Amino acid sequence: MGRNAAAVLASIVGLVMVLTAFARPLEFLGTAVVDWFNVLAAIAFVLGGANLLKMNLLKISARDAGWGYSAVTVCVFLVTIGVGLLKIGAHPDPLHPDVALSGDKEAVGGAFWWLYEYAMSPITSTLFALLAFYVASAAFRAFRAKNTAAILLLGTAFIVLLGRVYVGVLLTSWIPADNAWVSWLRLENLSGIIMGVFNNAGTRAMMIGIAIGIAATSLKILVGLDRSYLGSSD
Amino acid sequence: MTFAVTILAQDAAPAAGFMPGWFMPGKGLLAISLIIVAAAVMISILWARSGRPIRIRKIAGLDAVDEAVGRATEMGRPVLFIPGIQDVDNIQTVAGITILGKVAKTAAEYDAEIEVPTTRSLVMTTAREAVHASYLSAGRTDSYNPDRIYYVSDEQFAFVAYTGGLMQRKRPAACFYFGCFFAESLILAENGNSIGAIQVAGTAETTQLPFFVASCDYTLIGEEFFAASAYLSGEPDQLGTLLGQDLVKGLAWAAVLVAALLATVAAVTGHEGIASFVNGARAALGGG
Repeated sequence: MGRNAAAVLASIVGLVMVLTAFARPLEFLGTAVVDWFNVLAAIAFVLGGANLLKMNLLKISARDAGWGYSAVTVCVFLVTIGVGLLKIGAHPDPLHPDVALSGDKEAVGGAFWWLYEYAMSPITSTLFALLAFYVASAAFRAFRAKNTAAILLLGTAFIVLLGRVYVGVLLTSWIPADNAWVSWLRLENLSGIIMGVFNNAGTRAMMIGIAIGIAATSLKILVGLDRSYLGSSD
Repeated sequence: MTFAVTILAQDAAPAAGFMPGWFMPGKGLLAISLIIVAAAVMISILWARSGRPIRIRKIAGLDAVDEAVGRATEMGRPVLFIPGIQDVDNIQTVAGITILGKVAKTAAEYDAEIEVPTTRSLVMTTAREAVHASYLSAGRTDSYNPDRIYYVSDEQFAFVAYTGGLMQRKRPAACFYFGCFFAESLILAENGNSIGAIQVAGTAETTQLPFFVASCDYTLIGEEFFAASAYLSGEPDQLGTLLGQDLVKGLAWAAVLVAALLATVAAVTGHEGIASFVNGARAALGGG
């Protein structure tokens, strides 16, 4: 019963969302439903926070592998919540200087801002920078010339990479740029042709397939053919 | 038919007032396309329901699910499933959770441990429901542990840091990545590769596909990702949608061919009417 009701509700809301894209009178519903989802997601933050605490406290009490990291997570989580809720270090709002906690918690100079600027942001940047090493290790594996296809991939990647750096442009700068018969052989032009024609054609073919797949999957959910996301009725 | 002609005419000349005021101008072609897709899929479902056979080509990545989960069982290691890093309002997340249901059923049958870290608490709740249903249908509700499906962080790189650490500590034998991924795709897949896990990935993010192809054993490319639930279920209704997708794809190819011919004719002859039609159609369908 519960599962059927949820499926019917999902179908109705989904259908309304489709109609909002085409019918003017329903346009307001499109933004309203997004607002409802945001309210739901905000409530879900509490669920997420509670789950985060539960899982990490369980790990600490059981002394599971990596429990030290869980201890750090719990401490930082509680400190950040405390700093944010109490607006520690936030300057009072000039319009309401006498009202407690009237300042913006994210204002420059506050403890919350400091945590973001000097802890969160550098850590995120460091992790993102790790990507360079992972790209190198993945490229090392992918570009091994073990068969014809791999040799083609390696050659193409070599041209594209060279065509996008100054040294690549320099290598073929002796080819006249104003001669249409040979100018395409310059690495920067060759790289542009590979990306703009061959790569673009392949990507667009995939995108057409993806768009049709999304439409079909959405339709399956709208008509209730696919209810696996709703789980069990028991 | 009259409706279709009317809204196409309105797209061509919005100021002419062919359509009632409630219909948004410039959306006619999109509406027609949507109706064609819906009709093709529904007709295909009815076709499949009538018992006519539908042949599907093999998708190696999905055939490998049993092998990967079986390997995890033999090695006594967990199975890791990541349903992307977006919320349930993203269709890729929904498709990922559908596949999670199938993987969880196999894990339940093999008595393998499945671990699902999520970046959104709503995804966690939905994933729990799907996994619970799978354990129920496999008759293994006693083995279901909701604590194995949990929330980590909304922050992309906080999630990656946690998942990378989890991989190094627990060394899952099989890693599945199905959903919407961004820059974290390569970090996750390379971590999985470094611990020797069998890895299967699927996403509709074309920019992330090369990373998955380089690091995973199997990758579901584009539409294969959305076909996965139908492929794994084998139900006629679901398989019918695949036939519908192929029909629409055929129509799309025909439309691309006609549009390319028309654009060439417009460029060669300089015919403004044809050029205007091609540009209008491209704009109406969201093209640049």
